[in-house]
Amino acid sequence: MSVRYDVAIMARSDVQLMLEAKAGDDASFELLLQRYRTPLVSFLYRMVRDSATAEDLSQEVFIRVYRARAKYAPSAKFTTWLFRIATNLALNRIRDTRHRLLEISLDAPAEEHEPSMELPAREMRVDQLMLERDRAAMIRNAVESLPEKQRIAVLLHKYEDMDYVEIAKVLECSEAALKSLLFRAYETLRVQLAPLVAGAASPAPAETAGTGKGRPS
Amino acid sequence: MNYKTNCERISSELIPYLDGRANAAEQSAVESHAAVCPACRERIEEFRKLFGVLNEMPAIEPSGAFDARVRERISAEPPRSLFDWLVPAPRLAFALAILLALSVWMGKFTTAENSVATAQSEQDFHVIKDLGVLENYDVLKGFDALSELPVATQEPDQTQQDQQQKDGQI
Repeated sequence: MSVRYDVAIMARSDVQLMLEAKAGDDASFELLLQRYRTPLVSFLYRMVRDSATAEDLSQEVFIRVYRARAKYAPSAKFTTWLFRIATNLALNRIRDTRHRLLEISLDAPAEEHEPSMELPAREMRVDQLMLERDRAAMIRNAVESLPEKQRIAVLLHKYEDMDYVEIAKVLECSEAALKSLLFRAYETLRVQLAPLVAGAASPAPAETAGTGKGRPS
Repeated sequence: MNYKTNCERISSELIPYLDGRANAAEQSAVESHAAVCPACRERIEEFRKLFGVLNEMPAIEPSGAFDARVRERISAEPPRSLFDWLVPAPRLAFALAILLALSVWMGKFTTAENSVATAQSEQDFHVIKDLGVLENYDVLKGFDALSELPVATQEPDQTQQDQQQKDGQI
């Protein structure tokens, strides 16, 4: 697959590229791959917490898109479709893993698996790097412990810059339900991450937006 | 009471307010409530800080082999068969096949009904064809076979006369 990089190609919309891929132009598909591989891998990494699994699932998403190109009809935004595939694959993988872990834990003697089920013991860490890792782990644990739908809503809202209409379509719920879902999710995170929130400096209003698009004040 | 209701009412607008997606009306509703509600003011401030904290969650970049791996998997995909080109939508094709089968099946019944209808219309045709003869009184009058028929046609007239007589008595 040869790819030509020029402004005209880069400016083509996702739908245009997908329609060209449907017509048999693999270079257009390659551009979609380059446009969305990073957001997709990041999203899936935050969903499954494992970089190798996130890469594998992201590749699977692109393969599914490639396979479905012949039937593609631009009825919804391309990203809605892309992230819906990603969400379904991630949820399936999480459920499979959980099921396998449950089977292992049921088979194994209780003493052996108990320590691994606990969070790493919090010790006084002087090393700044370790402290940061701890903070990051705490944030990840808090986001991961959200109910599935709330977690996906937060990941798409906070990290993928998606608007409410699009997230609602990915989650197949109404916009009003999504707003309430997001409020509950952030409220839980605010409580769970209270020690970090209390110590955080108040950012400038422009930097507070969930998607980095600050409300003009 | 009213205070609490207002807090609940604006809660679903807090996130759009903080991410800059609330419209002017929602924005001023949150701001005017926050101006009189210290608890919500504090909550808004904490949400702002929370969004900053959440930025610390690490992201990852795809590995250098990512694109190559996707290309490799794509090239391993079986090429689209002739069947895929001819039948781009298997469900639609299946529905059409069922429709075709149904129409053939229904067609059988229609033909049977038609044959009955044809037989009927053939009889009608013969009657119509003979109508000229049947309506010709002179022909019928001289037709010996008709005189051999029982005079059943008289009976209804007789009954009618009896009925008329009864009606007259009443």
